[in-house]
Amino acid sequence: MTMPRMMQGNEACAAGAIAAGCLFFGGYPITPSTDIAEHLARELPRVGGVFIQMEDEIASMAAVIGASIGGAKAMTATSGPGFSLMQENIGYAAMTEVPCVVVNVMRLGPSTGRPTSPSQGDVMQARWGSHGDHPIIALAPASVLECFEMTVRAFNLSERYRIPVIVLIDEVVGHMREKVILPPREDIKVLERLRPSEPPEWYKPYGSSPSDVPPLAPFGSGYRYHITGLHHDEAGFPTNRVNEVRPWTRRIFRKIKANVHRIARCETDGVEDARTVIVAYGSVARAASEAIKTARAKRRKVGLLRLQTLWPFPTRTVDAVCREARRVIVPEMNLGQMAIEVERIVGDRKVRRVNRIDGEMITPREILDAIEGK
Amino acid sequence: MKDASDRFEVRLAGSGGQGLILAGVILAEAVAIYDGRNAIQTQSYGPEARGGASKSEVIVSDGRIDFPKVMLADVLLALSQEACDTYFHGLKPKGLLVVDSDLVERAPTSKAVGVPVTKMAIEATGKAITANIVGLGLIGGLTSVVSRQALEKAVTERAPKGTAEMNLKALAAGWEKALEIKEASRSVRPGPRRRES
Repeated sequence: MTMPRMMQGNEACAAGAIAAGCLFFGGYPITPSTDIAEHLARELPRVGGVFIQMEDEIASMAAVIGASIGGAKAMTATSGPGFSLMQENIGYAAMTEVPCVVVNVMRLGPSTGRPTSPSQGDVMQARWGSHGDHPIIALAPASVLECFEMTVRAFNLSERYRIPVIVLIDEVVGHMREKVILPPREDIKVLERLRPSEPPEWYKPYGSSPSDVPPLAPFGSGYRYHITGLHHDEAGFPTNRVNEVRPWTRRIFRKIKANVHRIARCETDGVEDARTVIVAYGSVARAASEAIKTARAKRRKVGLLRLQTLWPFPTRTVDAVCREARRVIVPEMNLGQMAIEVERIVGDRKVRRVNRIDGEMITPREILDAIEGK
Repeated sequence: MKDASDRFEVRLAGSGGQGLILAGVILAEAVAIYDGRNAIQTQSYGPEARGGASKSEVIVSDGRIDFPKVMLADVLLALSQEACDTYFHGLKPKGLLVVDSDLVERAPTSKAVGVPVTKMAIEATGKAITANIVGLGLIGGLTSVVSRQALEKAVTERAPKGTAEMNLKALAAGWEKALEIKEASRSVRPGPRRRES
């Protein structure tokens, strides 16, 4: 496992799922995510897991939630059109606080769009695609190795906080083959969900706890409780009482908000004295790095802030890094979905957007032009 | 700044079904695993299962590779007229253009190296689908981007079961042809001027 090898981003994502202890995949094949399903169809049975191709993405997401309530770490992988179909049940997972991982290998939309072309057009959908107020976690890998690492991390975060975690890979990163050395098994940190220590008759699946994340008992383990998409009380039964609905909603937000500093990760390169800061994520951050090399050769002070976590948005880091900069450039393969977030923090006068929505990657030249004020 | 200057970009373009994506994977693997350098491979193709435009890109470097796609290609292998017309402008002025002379009737430059790649594949192995590997042999032999040994290993590893020998023949055909072309161009190039009398 530790030999250098050429690996595709999607393949690394599947390998990450296995390393994280995933035992269930329910999905429906769709370009450009299909390789993930193909690899897991082969690998899951080898580790005693289950792969099932469902009739569509609505059912896929339902199967994933069911498997997770049964005690298995579960995931699915899809792309834009399938991600849209999954939204209702992603909301169900948020409402019922069932851990699960949803990988979306982004292609150009809207609708069927350009199935084989890259995009970052689903980053806002990842945040607000399902109705109603709920927290979400979304990660954005920029390399093949990160596809592996972030899939492991997605499972860990999902189990730790009982929340659906979205891995937003763009088509470039998903289909790209890169030389990687995967970490040895003993170096991979794998977290398991908290299980109840109290006897079944005392168990409350939605009770209060110091961490705001109540333990989760797998169905069939002797703990009988109710699960519903309706607002529910501590035992899981439907409620309309405002003094039960409000604390629940506050709690599920608090469990993420109190841990933003642990969840939201960024990488910086030369931002300390930068006059211009580029805020980027996914494959576009690589175009930015290339542009920065050229710009620095011309003695321009340019830094990169690469967002590895998109949601929760790393507000404090963006604020701290961009405060002293004169200009902030936000290149992305959409019409400015994350730029809105950056503008909210640093002010829109300082922000220059660089956008592409034609299914082609943003080039280093386009970013360099923005750095040079062209 | 070593990583910026030694970047070498290869673009393989043609139609879906010609095996160009696999050829890119093999080249990248040969360079990265068997030659011990760094490489990255990307692809772009249409939604069709066969036909439609298809391209595969390989970036080679000894250092870190940031941008994973071709910016200005050092080598373009074109196995269709459309691919040649579309991507010729993305080739460096001194870049190497290799075309299948039966499939590309109008090469955009007289400097293009025209080789009947598909015909050679049929001659070497009896199968047109090995044209991708003949193409790899040509690129390997005409440039120094990859060693012959590494390419042979990568072909053997990646070729579908039972086809390794056939594909190695295709690779050898391409490589030998490349050496011939190199030799021929050396003999026509004007040598140092000799003084009469």
